[in-house]
Amino acid sequence: MKPLDYLKESPSQTAGPYVHIGCTPNFCGIEGVFAEDLGSTMLNGQTKGERITVRGRVFDGTGTALKDAMVEIWQADAEGLYPSPQEKRGQADENFTGFGRCPVEQETGEFVFETIKPGTVPFNDGRPQASHITFWIVARGINIGLHTRLYFPDEDNSADPVLGRIELKKRVETLIAEKTGDAEYTFNVRLQGHNETVFFDI
Amino acid sequence: MSDGSFFQRDRDWQPAALTPQYKTSLKRSPTHALLSMDSSISERTGPTFNQNMLGELDNDLVLNYAKDGELPVGERIIVQGRVLDENARPVPGVLLEFWQANAGGRYRHKKDGYLAPLDPNFGGCGRTISAADGSYAFRSIKPGPYPWPNGVNDWRPSHIHFSLFGSGFAQRLITQMYFEGDPLIWKCPIVSMIPNKGGIEQLIARIDMNATMPMDAIAYRFDIVLRGRRSTMFENRLEGN
Ligand SMILES: [Fe+3]
Repeated sequence: MKPLDYLKESPSQTAGPYVHIGCTPNFCGIEGVFAEDLGSTMLNGQTKGERITVRGRVFDGTGTALKDAMVEIWQADAEGLYPSPQEKRGQADENFTGFGRCPVEQETGEFVFETIKPGTVPFNDGRPQASHITFWIVARGINIGLHTRLYFPDEDNSADPVLGRIELKKRVETLIAEKTGDAEYTFNVRLQGHNETVFFDI
Repeated sequence: MSDGSFFQRDRDWQPAALTPQYKTSLKRSPTHALLSMDSSISERTGPTFNQNMLGELDNDLVLNYAKDGELPVGERIIVQGRVLDENARPVPGVLLEFWQANAGGRYRHKKDGYLAPLDPNFGGCGRTISAADGSYAFRSIKPGPYPWPNGVNDWRPSHIHFSLFGSGFAQRLITQMYFEGDPLIWKCPIVSMIPNKGGIEQLIARIDMNATMPMDAIAYRFDIVLRGRRSTMFENRLEGN
């Protein structure tokens, strides 16, 4: 093997209070530059699967909802396939982007995604992972983006290999959304406190 | 293209979550250890973006908000460089999004109340996608420094914010670019959370006279490194490395 000269990953810096200008300019009133904000629509009329709404807030250590966070999600389609060239197991639903981006609402701090329930995807050893949505959260005061996952309360999560890695079993609950409507789930993220969300170094 | 798992993020090279000199981090930093785990397919894959989503002026902040044939005020600059991974390989197809203050240090955002005026011809956002050799470029106005409420007299050096998508969601990165020679870099609490001087220097763009357009715009060179993937034995044979 030829030796490689490795480089170091560029250091992360906070997204700051004005992340909207670059990532969701229409949301902050800068219109006419990009036709629409990236990640604002994940579905169209032909998307296969069970339509769901995912909403929630990101809370700081004082229990206050962040008003300046940006939340991104990435998930498999209804069959458990990712719409990505790295997906070698089959062709994902062409009517599903798998990617959502939402700036939290400036008064309430709420994020909302209209999506579908993802299918299960395998873990590295072939065991199935329970249906989940990958989250990435940035905001002023967050120095490096936080990775976490949403799991569903109405699925069997007991054999999930990732949840199985969490030593304090009580903390598993922080990754399980609450069913708050017919097809609606609420996922609140807590950056600190007794029920601090599990974040991943992944 | 490799689809292997990612090298573990070097947390000693990255800023910590809790950095008391940046006061907002105090209540927004997780206190538990992160759960370390080899990436699964959920993080090795990621959204992809293609050229046809881009408008003609998306990478031209000089013109993309200018009105009635006028131009924004300030030093005209070109920023260009390459997106590489930790294996020193170019990363094509990366969506880069940028945002910045105007020449006076003011953002077009309702939360920015700095006294410096808005520039009616400057929006402050742009984006592009890296080419097959990892290269990217955009044109803009050099942003001004600005004060911010942290200490009583903290100033941000001139900087451009960058957001990048690699080929896997685990590579997702938001960072900032600084300008060679700016004395405020070394006084900034946000810069100083980067633990190594070499890491800070990675974020400082260098003047590139060869790319500078005479009588028009000064060029800066800014390379960005995303996390690298492990290659499998199979790929090693294929690529002969
Ligand atoms: Fe800034």
